[in-house]
Amino acid sequence: MTRLVWVLLLAPLARDAAGVAPPLRPFESDDSVVTTRPAAVNRLDELVLAKLHERAIAPANLCSDEVFLRRAYLDVIGTLPEPAEVLRFLEDARPDKRALLIDALLERPEFSDYWTLKWCDLLRVKAEYPINLWPNAVQAYHRWIYVALRQNWPYDRFARALLTSSGSNFREAPVNFYRAVQGREPADIASAVALTFMGVRLESWPQARRDEMAVFFAQVGYKKTSEWKEEIVLWRPSLVTDLQAVLPDGAAVRITPDDDPRRIFANWLIAPGNPYFTRNIVNRIWSWLMGRGIIHEPDDVRPDNPPQNPELLAYLEQELIAAQYDLSHIFRLILKSRTYQQSTLPGSDHPDAEKLFACYSVRRLEAEVLADALCWIGGTGERYTSLIPEPATYIPEDERSIELADGSITSPFLEMFGRPARDTGLESERNNQPNDAQRLYLLNSTDVQKKIERSPRLRKAHADARGNRREIIRGMYLIILSRYPTDDELKQAEQYFGSGGARSREVANDLAWALINSKEFLCRH
Amino acid sequence: MRDIPVSLTRRDVLKRGLLGVAGLAFTTPAGLRVWAASPVTRPAERPARAKAVIQIWLWGGACHIDTFDPKPDAGQDYCGPLNKAIATNVDGIQIGELLPLLAQQAGEYSLIRSMTHGSNGHETAAYLVQTGRKPGERLVYPCIGAVVSCFKGHDPGYRGLIPPYVVLTAPLGRFSEAGFLGSRYKPFATGGDPAQKRFAVEGIVAEGISDQRQRARRGLLHQLDALGQAMPDNSQFIRLDECERRAYDMILGDAAKLFDLGTEQDAVREQYGRNTFGQSCLMARRLIEHDVKYVAINYKGWDTHKQHFEIMRRKLPELDRGLATLLQELKERGLLDTTIVWCCGEFGRTPRVQWESPWNGGRGHYGECFSALVAGGGFKGGRVVGASDARGEHVAQRPVYPHDVIGSMYELLGIDPDGLLPHPGGLQVRVTPSPEEGAQAGGRLKEIM
Repeated sequence: MTRLVWVLLLAPLARDAAGVAPPLRPFESDDSVVTTRPAAVNRLDELVLAKLHERAIAPANLCSDEVFLRRAYLDVIGTLPEPAEVLRFLEDARPDKRALLIDALLERPEFSDYWTLKWCDLLRVKAEYPINLWPNAVQAYHRWIYVALRQNWPYDRFARALLTSSGSNFREAPVNFYRAVQGREPADIASAVALTFMGVRLESWPQARRDEMAVFFAQVGYKKTSEWKEEIVLWRPSLVTDLQAVLPDGAAVRITPDDDPRRIFANWLIAPGNPYFTRNIVNRIWSWLMGRGIIHEPDDVRPDNPPQNPELLAYLEQELIAAQYDLSHIFRLILKSRTYQQSTLPGSDHPDAEKLFACYSVRRLEAEVLADALCWIGGTGERYTSLIPEPATYIPEDERSIELADGSITSPFLEMFGRPARDTGLESERNNQPNDAQRLYLLNSTDVQKKIERSPRLRKAHADARGNRREIIRGMYLIILSRYPTDDELKQAEQYFGSGGARSREVANDLAWALINSKEFLCRH
Repeated sequence: MRDIPVSLTRRDVLKRGLLGVAGLAFTTPAGLRVWAASPVTRPAERPARAKAVIQIWLWGGACHIDTFDPKPDAGQDYCGPLNKAIATNVDGIQIGELLPLLAQQAGEYSLIRSMTHGSNGHETAAYLVQTGRKPGERLVYPCIGAVVSCFKGHDPGYRGLIPPYVVLTAPLGRFSEAGFLGSRYKPFATGGDPAQKRFAVEGIVAEGISDQRQRARRGLLHQLDALGQAMPDNSQFIRLDECERRAYDMILGDAAKLFDLGTEQDAVREQYGRNTFGQSCLMARRLIEHDVKYVAINYKGWDTHKQHFEIMRRKLPELDRGLATLLQELKERGLLDTTIVWCCGEFGRTPRVQWESPWNGGRGHYGECFSALVAGGGFKGGRVVGASDARGEHVAQRPVYPHDVIGSMYELLGIDPDGLLPHPGGLQVRVTPSPEEGAQAGGRLKEIM
């Protein structure tokens, strides 16, 4: 394999009055067009490019700064960039500005908000049927996950806490792991553990192996207290003699009566050599950022579903172990790679191009992220309430959708856009596929129309332009698509404005509407 | 297509195993939850007499004494100023004095005067009447509209212009919802007001946006859709474009026309009453003509703790006009034979008028005894089922529980009330509760079917 050299991307930009030039090609970096041999930034790229080379698949070009900024914001913090942030980034001439931005985003509180949401999907954080954590425990559990992410706990410590805690569901929040399971038989718990931390659907295992794994959770006990909906999760020793148990990798262990089998299982699971644990989490992170797992689905690990690029997976696994389970290291590795920073425009029409990461995958924004983006443009909040179960929950308007703790909060919008039910913890529960109802809503609902018409943000952009149509259009593009229009787009939008002067607000609203309904707005790209 | 296996307890798996294939949820490319057909959860096809349902929901609870179960002899404390009953076109049946037009239609409907469930809270009672289930069980049950939408709409491959379950105009929230059946079976709530010049149906008809502007801005959208143009072969984008095309078929096509009441003759619109309820009844008839399976009219304003009689003098003529015209038109158009119309609220109201302060002539919530009207779709007309006592306070004969009514409607619709609902986890859940589950029952309404 040829060692490729990282070429810095430095293009002198022609500057206009605002300091930022209109993009020539909105989706690809101007420089990358001439790069015939893409350069790897890090080892990860080498592994991806080697596989592509092997299959004679040309990778996509590098994405433009505009695309990178918006993508990084959406992927890392689930939030659109403020126009000022866009301009600051585009004006920034430092060669390593992308890397600097990634470091900065990983420190933002929204990073923890957004990834808490993800973890709450996997850990099934919801008050109601069929999980029935109830509101108090949901809050405690959500808070605990948030703090763990904010403090960047090593992942092995995070997993150990979830697997081995005992105590009250209000006071020892991680015990809710054992409550957020449909069913409380040892087999049910084993299924949840396997799915969450091993990426394995236990149904795919032979019954004997499943039974072996369930043994480790046979002594989990539950106890009510006199406080409403409080529940103690505890270890109920039930052995009188030593027990010979078998771990999922086939190793036999002896469990003495004074040892909690959960502890033995956790020790096995989080040991660096474990065949499931580390690979599963690096593969999940890859999948979250790239839109597709190296093993796909990332929670369907089985012998007949091999990784598309085993070397890449092994590399990420070693990196996480070497970084002592600091997940932000993996985020940085991926986000700073050329592979992540590729354009969505494929460089090859090979059917396996996307599978082998020859381009960035287009995905519709998740329900919560889209709700927040629309509210941000509209200058309004979404008010969430949940009347069942009691006590009723009212979420203040200034709380963002990505901060919602409870998966059972009633929201027609979030349901329409495929929020997961959080019943099973499967990644596929979240449905980002478009459907007719969503389209009707976005194209033609009074909700969206009002958000546009009443938006203080759009109104201000309109006022600031002082009747200069081109400035109005540029303002709208910057707010909604986080970039300026190309000259072509500017011309087309100007034509739409036609000669109508008095109705220019209405025309501007139509432009905002069109941009909101564009694929560029609706999808991460 | 991605499977979503649902985790089950071992006991459930055993149950499923014994019963053979159970309904499994999966996700279609269109992102809709559907269930694979299964011999167990799909009740056997039965001869159906009814094809569709119109539900008139008197939200807040209408007083049975002032409407379908008058007690003129009970005196001022019970009747207040509405102390007359009027004869109908059926011998021996009298109804409240403010319903003269419905009195002329009594041959078309039957009255149930012995409805009971005993719950006096709006939420619990509404849940009871719409699902037939007691609230607080482990499952959240689907309401009748969602069940009909499932069995008569989506699952047999509904291809109508608009969704099979429509609510005019605002949803009730929890009670018109699909429960564990999932969001696919939720109603399409129109929003807007059919009595306005333009009925602004949420998502289909936008207020203040002409068709011309719709077309113009759609053109702009296509022009400026840079990413879509750059990646014409992307499968996600192709799907988005298909959704857009279908959405515009509704916005600019026949669906929007269907909601345009301006195409009805003025005389017809007058006859229904130029108010939200009257025009909703007209809209319901149009929807049924276009193969919608379940239309619920959420008719608000019946929670009359104060100023009860003043409000009745205003609202009952509205109800009278809208419902009587609906029944008459359905009959004239040959639709009444195949369309069930039912009308009731979550409960009745205290038979004894609360003259004391602060009510000063109001009526409270009353789930002990109330009335319902059923018509069409195989229900006989001109009958009375059950009876209340002399003051309308208790059921005197033949109690009827909500699931008796719901089960009867299912039977007429060809849905086996004793069959199973498609539960996404494969649990065995009956369409209506059985006595073994501890449900009190008065029996289905065989006497009028």
